Amino acid sequence: MTALADLALADLTLAEARDGLRAGDFTALELTDACIARVEGGRALNAFVHETFEVARERARFADNRLALGMSPDLCGIPIGIKDLFCTEGVPSQAASRILEGFRPPYESTVTRKLREGGAVMLGKLNMDEFAMGSSNETSVYGPVVSPWRAEGSEEALTPGGSSGGSAAAVAAGLCPAALGTDTGGSIRQPAAFTGIVGLKPTYGRVSRWGIVAFASSLDQAGPMTRTVRDAAILLRAIAGGDPLDSTSADIPVPDYEKGLSGDVRGKVIGIPREYRMEGMPEEIERLWERGREWLREAGATIRDISLPHTRYALPAYYVIAPAEASSNLARYDGVRYGRRAALAPGDGVAEMMERTRAEGFGPEVQRRVMVGTYVLSAGFYDAYYNRARRVRALIKRDFEEAFAQGVDAILTPATPSAAFPLGSASDDPVQMYLNDVFTVTVNLAGLPGVSVPAGLDRRGLPLGLQVIGRPWEEGALLDVAASLERAAGPLPGPARWW
Amino acid sequence: MAIDADTARKVARLARIRVEEERLPALAKEFDAILGFIAQLEEVDVEGVEPMTSVTPMRLRRRADVVTEGNRQAEVLLNAPDARAGFFAVPKVVE
Repeated sequence: MTALADLALADLTLAEARDGLRAGDFTALELTDACIARVEGGRALNAFVHETFEVARERARFADNRLALGMSPDLCGIPIGIKDLFCTEGVPSQAASRILEGFRPPYESTVTRKLREGGAVMLGKLNMDEFAMGSSNETSVYGPVVSPWRAEGSEEALTPGGSSGGSAAAVAAGLCPAALGTDTGGSIRQPAAFTGIVGLKPTYGRVSRWGIVAFASSLDQAGPMTRTVRDAAILLRAIAGGDPLDSTSADIPVPDYEKGLSGDVRGKVIGIPREYRMEGMPEEIERLWERGREWLREAGATIRDISLPHTRYALPAYYVIAPAEASSNLARYDGVRYGRRAALAPGDGVAEMMERTRAEGFGPEVQRRVMVGTYVLSAGFYDAYYNRARRVRALIKRDFEEAFAQGVDAILTPATPSAAFPLGSASDDPVQMYLNDVFTVTVNLAGLPGVSVPAGLDRRGLPLGLQVIGRPWEEGALLDVAASLERAAGPLPGPARWW
Repeated sequence: MAIDADTARKVARLARIRVEEERLPALAKEFDAILGFIAQLEEVDVEGVEPMTSVTPMRLRRRADVVTEGNRQAEVLLNAPDARAGFFAVPKVVE
């Protein structure tokens, strides 16, 4: 039994935990038990949906043996939560969908394999929107995650954001020091902003997608969700790198991001895109953005107004490309090879089997996107919708390339158009929900790295985040800007515990 | 462009998702809202613009044409809803 005082081990940052483990201040098993106690005490959040405590304790003991020998990698003995989208050997990997009920992959995704080999301790699988399609975690078959945050004086349940809502809630609530998320249109950065943590989407191709349930293959990218920028740097290095099993992953050397992290932005040019100043944007978001500009200017950066003229077409282009790719990727869920098959009526053939299976197995938002994708790819509409969207995507990427060519090192924007909203308040209108990703989706379309950094609380006491967008493959420089913002924002309070 | 129930039925069929007849009009309305949103793309001049293919121009990696994994029938069938005699089983497809 872990002593009560030891529970505070779960509050350590990843870097502190690593250093403490190496110094022998506590064991990986003690740290793991502290996190397990937190996960058990945090079930009201509905963040962990498949707990793997036995696996965790076994890996923690193994990590302790490695630590005793010295020479342990950064992640050795560090408890981590894994989004349900990652295939983990022998452990349910369901993408929060009914259609993958009972699925236990006999293999391990490249990213989780790297963590496993590095000695990381998997605590369990984290809740998310079904197939990562959503911005509020409400499309999950497990039911929504409840944010650890509440507005001051209110008991209303808030969304942690989505799709990596379980990852965000778990890290923000102190259940684990770090978690893996994935980001197709903002699914790491938006929930990070809503819960006051750091969320990094790497450059497309930086991290292998092998073994991650595919949503939109040309946009999906896995990344770290942590409490500090330093921790994001450590976790990114552990998961990044080319992979023979993912032909779109890049064989570009992975630097030691933590070692390179200076937080020095002197002389850097920070672009402020005028198109991100949206009509009807809450004043608090505008003020936050202004404060971010001031912080970077005071830290020695040059602030420059820039234009990214095709910004407003990013969301419509995304809602052609992402559903198109999803309709193709999700064609594999047919009730034949794995996952759930619907009960058949007498006389049902293969087509009926597939149609019933997919109607029962997919939730409404996934069905909607698969059908929209099917429509935009169908004969007669392929050019008008899909090819046009891909051309607009090229223009969106070109906007960024031109800004970078003119000497801009990084771009500063708000992470989200609002703070977290109440569960159930935005789920009836799909298009309204899509607007959550207005600041983040451009980054996926252009394949760039982007990070959300906690930058303050709004007047109701809810976290707000700033987003920094970097040049391709330059996550190190991006993290420097993030670290500068983090330092200027100062220590921010965590959520007050109600669960 | 207005999507009608017939189009919704056709799309559902192509996507192999069973949609009950009475749900079709509501579904058509949802499609209409989403396609209306997407229609903004028509404003963009894309003349002469090539569709984007990758972040950094790179040639798709190729590997030697050799067997890297094999003999994994049990694992392949492990998660099948219905597997018999080493095969995936489905309802009868030939008369």
